[in-house]
Amino acid sequence: MANVKPGLQYTKDHEWAKTDEKEITVGITAYAVDQLGDITLVNLDVKEGDAVEAGKTFGTIESVKTLSDLFSPVSGKITRINKDLESKPELVNEDCYAAWMVAIEPSAGASLTDVLDAAAYEALLASLDH
Amino acid sequence: MVPFAGFLMPVQYKGLVEEHKAVRTAAGLFDVSHMGEIDLRGPRAGELVDGLITNDATKLVDGQALYTCACNEKGTILDDLIVYRRAEADWLVVCNASNRAKIVAHFTEHAKGVCELDDASDGIALLALQGPRALEIAAAIGGAELSALASFHFAKARLGGVSCTASRTGYTGEDGLEIFCAGEEAPKLWDAIMEAGASKGLQPAGLGARDTLRLEARLSLYGNDIDETTNPIEAGLAWVVKLAKPSFLGKDALVRVKEAGPSRKMVGFEVTGRGIARHGYPLLDLAGEPVGICTSGSPGPTVGKNIGLGYLPAAMSAIGTKFLVDCRGRQAEAIVVKTPFYKRST
Repeated sequence: MANVKPGLQYTKDHEWAKTDEKEITVGITAYAVDQLGDITLVNLDVKEGDAVEAGKTFGTIESVKTLSDLFSPVSGKITRINKDLESKPELVNEDCYAAWMVAIEPSAGASLTDVLDAAAYEALLASLDH
Repeated sequence: MVPFAGFLMPVQYKGLVEEHKAVRTAAGLFDVSHMGEIDLRGPRAGELVDGLITNDATKLVDGQALYTCACNEKGTILDDLIVYRRAEADWLVVCNASNRAKIVAHFTEHAKGVCELDDASDGIALLALQGPRALEIAAAIGGAELSALASFHFAKARLGGVSCTASRTGYTGEDGLEIFCAGEEAPKLWDAIMEAGASKGLQPAGLGARDTLRLEARLSLYGNDIDETTNPIEAGLAWVVKLAKPSFLGKDALVRVKEAGPSRKMVGFEVTGRGIARHGYPLLDLAGEPVGICTSGSPGPTVGKNIGLGYLPAAMSAIGTKFLVDCRGRQAEAIVVKTPFYKRST
């Protein structure tokens, strides 16, 4: 089964979110990478300072096989984007938990909703295997 | 695994790109048993086949195969086929799985009172062994004589103890064989080939790699690049349309297309901007006006570029013409290039 990293939170769209003091960084999970295969393009449709809304797309990720939307797991403001991915999308294949895509400062009162902890996400993946 | 035309098909085994590269550099084995096989027998079987296809079946000799389109009376494409002449009165037509019911019905209607027809698809498996080492692998399991087959020729063989028919054809742009055998013998044949190829870089390959390989080789995919709304002349398949034939279904319409010149043409292109063209994306002129449609597109693992096929107005189809691809709202620059994108060196 695809690698799940403890200590992160997970969405049902196979993204991970890591909460620090002021911001939440977002990437895609090893399961998502397995499904996509060799990643060839990461399109981030946002820039620093842009507002994002929970559940809305902030970009797309493409592999040879297909493309997939990237969804913001929280409402807030983009504080940083990982510009390295523009020229090196393969970083996502190499280590998807290091290859974060965006960092978001949650709006006042906003928090991650409908996320799973590592154990619950592993259980979700186990159910998908059947 | 994904459902496809009633079959459960593997999209990938180890990984699309790895499988793609194995086929280009060593060999890959595909299970394409979903394809339809129709037997036509009788003294007039060849005549029937020739009347329903755009290419010229009368030039075939026993043991020779031919790529062709089958059109309707409007000159648009019912399917692309390979027809095999086993003997003067014994022919095989291989059609796309998604078109099997349609093609069987179409041929059955025209075969009435002309020849016998049997849809043999359910009992027949088809394995495609493709790549520069394909013939060497076949030779290791009893198919040494297959190396003498010319391209688009076929012969009976016994591979790994399984009786089969091997054809020097494929859908990858590489040398190789497509091997027909009885369905119940297919696992034995598959295992024998995989075992013989284990030390030669052979990998099982899925539908994903099949699609990128055929795209690089600029081979049309029915349902994407060609269908009943397209004619073979605009689709770049004029080379399989023999208007000098006395008659065939769709000829009159295709003569008119040829005389008037097609209004649009299938082009191959590279996305030079940031983006990957996909089936269905609009193609725009440089002013941003929609002028065409992408029918196939993906990164080309061997060519190392983002490539695609699509229809553009004839006036925009010259090599070097620049245009835009609307990648879900992002406009990426593209340029019409010569095809195939990939051609094997030997």
